[in-house]
Amino acid sequence: MTLANVIEWLVKGLVWVLVLLGGFAYLTYYERRALARIQVRIGPNRAGPWGLLQPIADAIKLIFKEEFMPARADKLLFTLAPIITLTPALVITAVVPFGPESASFQLFGRTITWYIADLNVGVLYIMSIASIAVYGIVLAGWSSNNKYATLGGLRSTAQMISYELALGLSFIAVIVLANSTRLLDIVEAQTGMWFAVLQPVGFVIFLIATLAEVNRAPFDMPEAEQELAAGYHSEYGGMKFALLFMAEYDKMIAICTIAASLFLGGYREPWFLRDTVLGVNQTPWLGPLYMFIKVFVLLFGMIWVRATWPRIRYDRLMAFGWKVLLPLSLALVFLTSIGILLAEQVNPLYQWLIPLASLAAGFIAILGMYQTLRRKEYARA
Amino acid sequence: MRVLEPIVELARGLWTTLRSMAEKPVTVQYPEQKRPVKPRFRGRHVLKRYENGLEKCIGCALCAAACPADAIFVESSENTDEARYSPGDRYASTYEINMLRCIYCGFCEDACPTEAIVLGDNYELSFTDRREAIYPKEMLLEPAPPGGAPTPQKTEPGKFTRSVPEMKDPAD
Repeated sequence: MTLANVIEWLVKGLVWVLVLLGGFAYLTYYERRALARIQVRIGPNRAGPWGLLQPIADAIKLIFKEEFMPARADKLLFTLAPIITLTPALVITAVVPFGPESASFQLFGRTITWYIADLNVGVLYIMSIASIAVYGIVLAGWSSNNKYATLGGLRSTAQMISYELALGLSFIAVIVLANSTRLLDIVEAQTGMWFAVLQPVGFVIFLIATLAEVNRAPFDMPEAEQELAAGYHSEYGGMKFALLFMAEYDKMIAICTIAASLFLGGYREPWFLRDTVLGVNQTPWLGPLYMFIKVFVLLFGMIWVRATWPRIRYDRLMAFGWKVLLPLSLALVFLTSIGILLAEQVNPLYQWLIPLASLAAGFIAILGMYQTLRRKEYARA
Repeated sequence: MRVLEPIVELARGLWTTLRSMAEKPVTVQYPEQKRPVKPRFRGRHVLKRYENGLEKCIGCALCAAACPADAIFVESSENTDEARYSPGDRYASTYEINMLRCIYCGFCEDACPTEAIVLGDNYELSFTDRREAIYPKEMLLEPAPPGGAPTPQKTEPGKFTRSVPEMKDPAD
């Protein structure tokens, strides 16, 4: 490790943090515009052309707001909590590759790659950092000295623990398919076929669990406005609130880049374009573009879900996490491993049993849920 | 497949919201684009004039008496034929409405014996100071119509002696 290496990492990290912060600002704009369109409105269109300067206006407003602190709040933790929340959201994407090795470019005599760190345990890194973020939220809730904030923080922890397991197991399905925990290998392993196609129910579980993980609707119980008056950040204002807000949206971006890398082929082209000029092997600079498009579409999915589905009840959320998602994802890991084993030992075509088995397992889970709910209906009648 | 029904319902919800994206937004771009108000809209008050430019208001202060919010203040003075503001003996030399107190009920309109005060179409009232909320007569009085002269007018004696005009039944 030389000084030049350190400088390269620092500069790359700084650039990526700036990208994430800008991305946060424009993600709020994107969400507001998309939500507005779904609600047959226009959305912010006053500041600048098409309202493009709206995030800047919001930032200026938040910076100049009073830094309010509740009288009996824990001052140190109250100040630290937004920072603890934001940091994992910023560093989590350090291992995600945004372009292939062949898209690296030369700058000041050094080869600049499209990722910050090439960790051979990349997926483990993501798992561990993702769960740290909840500390910030629960500390924010507790240090506010407000019962609603505390409840929000506690809900966040409970939710995080319940969905982390399903999330981890859906990661394992991917690791088994790619035979590596290094994200570059995982992305390259999807050259032939996206893992979202090979493991569709695993992908759906990943999406559901990440929605719960980043506290987005329909799992936004920690900040349920109607029940908890904005939950863990109800005592925050000004720049501290902006940091919590930033953390939420940066986590959205991070989760979408991870989802794109693990299940949708990351920077790889869609599999049917592999041998055309649109392939990443032929034109390497398309890699980051594909990544951007995938993240953009996934983010729209999150906004769309928020605009459509109501928040689910808290006990249902817990029951769904523990009684449905966890057994289902365990079964999926088992089925995926069997499929891989068959494909390696007998015939590579047996890998197509994985999506079939996955869909069958998903169907059985839905059947189980349906019958439970129907039994409850009868019990009530 | 009744089992898959919940999934189908979820998908139908998503389809509904996605379809609504194709609809034309209902937003009115307010300062540039204004929706016309309804005929009975009660906005800012206007003090009316006759065609010849004389003010309809005779300073009787019935509006001030009718006002439930006590927002109107009227002070009247004598008309002369040299300086005539309104038909009849008296006119409102001071007419003030406190827009912070006014509740736009329209009772002043009903009480007025000469149809001088009318609640108009203007709803864009804003002020940065409490004093600015008190609208004086100059702001409330409509400008003299074409063909009429501004008040005070010099009129021939004995012509404008009757203060309360013949009025038709109110249509709307």
